[in-house]
This record gives sequence, structure tokens and C-alpha cells, in this order.
Amino acid sequence: MTLDVARIRQDFPILHQEMNGHPLVYLDNGATTQKPRQVIQALVDYYEGYNANVHRGIHTLAERATDAFEGARAKIAKFIGSPSPDQVVFTRNGSEGLNMIAHGWARTRLKAGDVMITTAMEHHSNLIPWQEAAKATGATLKIVDLNADGTLKMETYDRFLAEGSVKLVAFTGASNVLGTINPIEEMTAKAHKAGAIVVVDAIQIVPHMPVDVVKWDVDFISVSGHKMLGPTGTGFLWGKAELLDQMEPTYHGGSMIAEARLAGATWAKSPAKFEAGTPNIGDFIALGAAVDYLTALGMEKIHAYEVELTNYAWTQLSAIPGMQLYGPKEPRTGLISFNIKGIHPHDMSAVLNEYGVAIRVGHHCAQPLTEALGVPATNRASFYLYNTPAEIDRLVEALLQAKEFFGDVE
Amino acid sequence: MSSEAQHPVNLNTLYQQVILEHYKKPHGKGALEAPTITKSLQNPTCGDNLTVYLILDEANKVADVKWDGSGCSISMATASMMAKAVKGKSLEQVDEIMHKVYAMIKGDPGEYKSIGELQALAGVAKFPVRVKCATLAWHCVEEGVKEYKGGNDVNG
Repeated sequence: MTLDVARIRQDFPILHQEMNGHPLVYLDNGATTQKPRQVIQALVDYYEGYNANVHRGIHTLAERATDAFEGARAKIAKFIGSPSPDQVVFTRNGSEGLNMIAHGWARTRLKAGDVMITTAMEHHSNLIPWQEAAKATGATLKIVDLNADGTLKMETYDRFLAEGSVKLVAFTGASNVLGTINPIEEMTAKAHKAGAIVVVDAIQIVPHMPVDVVKWDVDFISVSGHKMLGPTGTGFLWGKAELLDQMEPTYHGGSMIAEARLAGATWAKSPAKFEAGTPNIGDFIALGAAVDYLTALGMEKIHAYEVELTNYAWTQLSAIPGMQLYGPKEPRTGLISFNIKGIHPHDMSAVLNEYGVAIRVGHHCAQPLTEALGVPATNRASFYLYNTPAEIDRLVEALLQAKEFFGDVE
Repeated sequence: MSSEAQHPVNLNTLYQQVILEHYKKPHGKGALEAPTITKSLQNPTCGDNLTVYLILDEANKVADVKWDGSGCSISMATASMMAKAVKGKSLEQVDEIMHKVYAMIKGDPGEYKSIGELQALAGVAKFPVRVKCATLAWHCVEEGVKEYKGGNDVNG
């Protein structure tokens, strides 16, 4: 059984509107996804029914809020195969999780002579924190380069590991520009053999396919909640229990201490240790509802549908004259970056918008990668479970209109 | 029928025919040897980059102008239109044209007949995200001239 997309679309009020006289075609899911009624309703239920601060009050409202909040954590833990909910730390977004690892683990443990490895296909959020950690500790950051097809050069990765002193490897599970899915388990096993811990940016993976962090055997992942039907302002990091014990908190204050004295304090255990201050309670409860929604549909089915849709888009886009597609055909996550000869992405996006089609253009927060592709910017169409082949056709029609509009450019 | 009629009205507001012509057949694209003024600027969010070269004569008139760079049609067409508009003008005249363009793109009501085909950029006012594309070439001129004058003051 495949997904009943017509039925799913009924759950997303925002999709049923016109944009510039055309039915909206939303293909910017790599930036953020839309939210189903069930997620929006979870926010309303919380604020109308049981808004209270968590982990503090003895009264019933506080108890209900705490149960729902911690219930969301348990749902997320199950969703990614975490042995315990305590290994799921709530963050504001994917970037924050990666920064917390850079601050709380890398900066407190690395020293001059140590090596970190990342790659040339990273989002800025999985590059800059390591650059800064290298600066602060005197460690070296090595960057794995890319093959022409947009995959990682495994010879380079192997060589860096063989050169020794590698303490941390950070790479993306799936590139937000190229769509490339990296061999997580293989790269992790190699890193562990070399004595390094592994941080995976799973921001473009967890929303789109079944994930089992135990099977991956990675040490940390960071995920963004709003890219998987949840509200903005939600994300989470997951870590192995012993690494979360080693990791220092980035923020200090309420809720995160075991004992506080005027002379100093000791930290609570994870996740409280990393969640100082009143959390974003309602939004995480709603993220729990998003996880319920995805779980009910089944991540296997969602992934199979996205693969089918992305393959269809690849075929249709390839047929357009002057089209350049980036990254390998497969395996890829549900997005395609492209350029059409002679039309700058900003002009493209302006034309598509007039036809009701929303895509992202620019460097997608991966400027070094865009530069490596030799272009100032790319167009990116990114898909999710509510997109349809008919919407891909609308994208293609709008691209053809843009070609006609701009004609041949010298 | 011209292709204008077949496309959404908004598109033709932004992409006036004269803008598309400048984009497809740009004026003054390239570099100048020994320019009096060279100024490069970028739009970091869109990746547009532009360099403007000006040669001034003894009377501080623009004897020659060229530009080079990459970017969207609006930024490239604006550079082309700028090159055509400032050639042979005094720096005072350039300043006057530039401020008229800025005011028009901001949507200020006014009389813009004197700037000729540059009036085609008036539609940009309705597309706030494209204002920086349409002003990049002019910012190169503005900042380049400012640096030149500053440098002259210091030397003088």
C-alpha cells in the first residue's frame, strides 16, 4: 500500500490556497515543512487546556503539561530508535544541537594536535561550529572533498583517518543541496576504528526515512523539528549515554543543576543538564503530535513515496534543454538542485512564484559547496509526503515558461 | 501577440522589455585598463557580484565606464543601463541621476522623465526583495566616487 496523498493533503490547510492566481505548489520543504491540523490542534489544546510550566509545580495543570512534554520526548526517542528518552535533548533547531556538541564536547576535550574531520558538502551549521572549535582549541579541521558526481571522496576520508589523531568526525547524513545520502554506517565504523566519535547532521534524514541510531552506531545526531511537520523553534540532539555524561552544558541556570551552592554547582543528568530555563513546552508537545502523524503513516511508506516522486522529478527535469542537475541520481533524499543555462536562480524563482510555485534559490547556507559547483547560486525543489506528480508537472511547466520569458541570453 | 501578453502581469512589471534587452545585450560589459575608479561590491545573500570601472577626464567627467560581474537579470541589466547613462556625464550629473533612480525604486512619487529609459526600473518598487539587485551597480558608483573624492581630499 502506498500513501494516500489526496487524504494527507486534507490535513494541511495551508496547501489549499491560491498564489498569484494559481493553486500553491509548495516545494521548499528542505527549508521548512508545512504543519498538519493535528500539530496545530496540539498547540491549541495545550494553550487552551493545560498551559503550565513543566518539572516544577505540584498542581494538576503542571502535571499534565509535564506528562505531555515528556511524552513527546518518549515518542521522539522511539521514532529514532533511542534506547532511552533521556538521550533526547530538546534544542531550538538543528544548528543549536551541533553548536552544543561543539561547545560541550569538542571545545572541552580537544587540544592542539587533535584532528576533526568534516566535509565539503556541509550546511554552515555543521562547518562553522567545528571551525570555531578548532580555533579555540588549536585542533586541526580537515575537510573531505567531493567526487564530480557529488559524493564524498572516500579515499580522502580514509587517508585522513589513517593520518591519525582524529577525535571527531562530523558529516551530514544527506546534503541539503546535492541530495546525496552518505554511507553513515560505513563511515561511522571507520571513524570508531580510528578512535574518533561521530556526529551526524541528520536534519535532512530523520524527516524522510526510517532511522535507527543504534544500528547506525553514531555518537551524536542533530535534528530539526520544523522540517518534519513540527513547529519552528523545535529541534533535538541525540547522543550516546556515556557521551552525554562527558558533554558539558552550554547554558546554565534553572532546571539543569543537581545541587547549587554559592561556591558552585553540579549538573543534573541528561536531558535536564542541557535544558536550562523554561523550555518551549507547547511546541515540543506539538512536535510529538508530528511524530505521531509520521509514525501512523509509516516512515517506510513515506520514504518509498518520496523516492518515487523524486525519481519522477529527476526524469522530468532532465528532459528540459539546458538543464543542469546537481548530485548523484541515487541514492538521494527528496530534493533536487538545478540550474537552467542563462537564467539566474533569482529570476527563476521570481517567475515560478508568479505561477504559484515556491522553491528556494541561493547558496542554501552551504556557500563553500555552491562555490565548488562553480555557480553563484542554485535552484532547489524539495519534496515531502504531501507533494504530487501533478505538482512536479506544474514545476516543469513554470520552468518552461521561464525559459520562454528570458529567451536566449548572450 | 507579443510574449508580454501571455505572461503574468507582475512579471512584465518587473521585467520590462528594455530591462530584458539590456540583460540579453549588455552595454559596457568588460574591464577598463588604468581606470580612475574601481569598485567591487557583492550581495552576500544572493551571490551577485559586480565591479564598476570609471575613467574620469580632467574636468571630472566620465570619459569611459565598464562593468563586470555575475548575477540576476535585474542586477546585470541595471549595470548595463548605468553604464549607458553615466558615460560623458559630470560627477554632479551622475549623482543627480543616481538619486533619482534610488527615489524611484523606493517608490517615491516624482518626475522621472529626465532619466530616460532608467524609468523602466520603476516596477522594482513593487518587489522589495529585488531592490538590492537594482541598486548594486549604482552603489558601486556611489561608493567608488566617494572613495575617490576622499582620496583626493587627503592628497590635496
